[in-house]
Amino acid sequence: MITAIIILTLLGLSLGTLLGVAASCFKVEASPLETEIETMLPGSQCGQCGFPGCAPAAAALANGDADITLCPPGGHALALSLAAKLGVHADLSSMEEAIPMIARIRSELCIGCTKCFKRCPTDAILGSSRQIHAVISDACTGCKKCFEVCPTECIDMRPIPITLQNWHWPSPAVAA
Amino acid sequence: MSNVATRLFRIRGGVHPNENKQATAGSCIVDMPLPELLYIPLQQHIGAPAEPVVQRGMKVLKGQLLANSQGVISAPVHAPTSGIIRSIGKYPAPHPSGLPVLTVTLQADGEDRWIDLPAEQTSALNLDPEDIASRVAAAGIVGMGGATFPSAVKLNLRNRYKLHTLVINAAECEPYLTCDDQLMREQPEDIIEGVRLMMHAMQVSQAIIAIEANKPEALTVMRQAAQQFDSISVVTVPVRYPMGSEKHLVQTLTGKETPARALTADIGIVVHNVATANAVYQAIRHGKPLISRIVTISGGAIGKPANVRTLIGTPIARLIEFCGGFTGDPAFIIGGGPMMGQPLPQTGVPIVKGSSGILALTEAELARKTTMPCIRCGSCVKVCPCGLLPLEMASRARAGDLDGAVDFGLMDCIACGSCAYVCPSHIPLIQYFSYAKGALTEKQRMTHKQEEIRRLAEARKQRMDQLAREKRAALAKRKADMAAAKARENNADAAKQSRAGA
Repeated sequence: MITAIIILTLLGLSLGTLLGVAASCFKVEASPLETEIETMLPGSQCGQCGFPGCAPAAAALANGDADITLCPPGGHALALSLAAKLGVHADLSSMEEAIPMIARIRSELCIGCTKCFKRCPTDAILGSSRQIHAVISDACTGCKKCFEVCPTECIDMRPIPITLQNWHWPSPAVAA
Repeated sequence: MSNVATRLFRIRGGVHPNENKQATAGSCIVDMPLPELLYIPLQQHIGAPAEPVVQRGMKVLKGQLLANSQGVISAPVHAPTSGIIRSIGKYPAPHPSGLPVLTVTLQADGEDRWIDLPAEQTSALNLDPEDIASRVAAAGIVGMGGATFPSAVKLNLRNRYKLHTLVINAAECEPYLTCDDQLMREQPEDIIEGVRLMMHAMQVSQAIIAIEANKPEALTVMRQAAQQFDSISVVTVPVRYPMGSEKHLVQTLTGKETPARALTADIGIVVHNVATANAVYQAIRHGKPLISRIVTISGGAIGKPANVRTLIGTPIARLIEFCGGFTGDPAFIIGGGPMMGQPLPQTGVPIVKGSSGILALTEAELARKTTMPCIRCGSCVKVCPCGLLPLEMASRARAGDLDGAVDFGLMDCIACGSCAYVCPSHIPLIQYFSYAKGALTEKQRMTHKQEEIRRLAEARKQRMDQLAREKRAALAKRKADMAAAKARENNADAAKQSRAGA
């Protein structure tokens, strides 16, 4: 009885030590590429790419399981820098259709329920209980989280309005 | 008059487009009658738009402040005449996009009554330089050559750079335009006075007024007016486009080249337009804000081309009517000169502080030709005043390789249009560069937005974590409190029991 206890204890201790040593010797580092990509992504964990957050999306990108055009809030700029980072060809043709959208609250329908601004991952909605809410368009990523929870459907998703500040000439190659 | 800068230096490149100035050169400036409605955009300058201080229905006097400047790089806007504010809302901007901009609509009452103007300031040169700059800022003066950069900011450059020379740009190298020429012929003393004020504000010891050789009358009268001042010299510069580009003008006059993407202030020189000098004089001497300007209305499709003194906010259609309307079929209406000006989508848009010309060109003047492939003849390289390779930049911009275009010096391109002017294949080079510059700015804006959003998301996460921690801590505290209370109760019970037992 006592021998059995001693043998089992020794066995447990030695195997445990072996595992501990192996864990530190053969440690698998998290891919540095993954962390680098994660820092490039917006980090708002909006989920528009279909992944649960920016870290899983970065992992998928690093493994080549996801397309560089996956991130709508990142837009063309992000897709191009991802292409450069991953050394892949930037095919933005599928992105042309996905115009970046932002949310807008129709004030006549807003009841001030505060549901949307609690959900907003970037604090882009302003408001308080029973006050009309408003969207700060510069901070909106268009993740639609507010759009989904609004009980009165007062939130519209619309393309970023073109103003004198962000208008620019189209390419003559496209115009021709 | 001193003899500084008697020697001129050659710049590279440049072209000699048809001047076409004869239609308006030498004809006196005519005053545009008061239009019924004026549309005054609140952004007529580079920088932040002005913030309105008037409301609809308010009565305003000529020269009264309509909108205040916002931030460091901005300019206020004043009422060009007395009348009633009819609306403050969106109105098409004099901009190729035709997009709306916040605009004050003023209905003139016909009285044209000024605000109480201060007494004439005859000893302005005793004023503090800082004071002159702030008065220039309050008068809403911006660069009137077309760049519309707030002038006071440029006057204050002396705080950051060691300045020695003021260059007054009166080259007027754009074809058709004669508004600066005519202003010099009619108001040389005012301009010289303005130049002296600017020299004082910038604390520089010399000023050079540079005029192209094709304006002999202006040269004569300006020389006469400047004669009694040793520190001001009037210099004849050769006729070559783009002589009026500030960096090239400075190089012609001093032989010094401004470093890439730097300011002329880096080499101690600041360039102001000649019309700006006049506006500074009007503001300091008479206390009048910038509410009118001289505009060249010309082009083959204009009945009676003229230089018109008009109020800011006058619709272009009214000006064209005043100048005899359209005679031919205007193929293109341009704001500015034909080389660097921008097409205007409609004639309802108003004259703004930076409008130097309105040109209605006929199809014959435009001489539009079909674009052909680049034959790599190198004509554009020969004429580029900045020493760039326009053909290489354009081919990259065309393929969407913006960074490649930047590597070839896109950011040093001044968009003068010399390359497109000489291109035998009629390639729209400037259009490619405009597109590439715009797309790059857009990209930068998106990257900046990404960074900001990232910061916001992280801040929110931290805040949420903090809240959760606090909640947990509060819960733990409540639990501990409750446990302590219970323990006390138990203790008390036990004590009672033990007392009872005893």
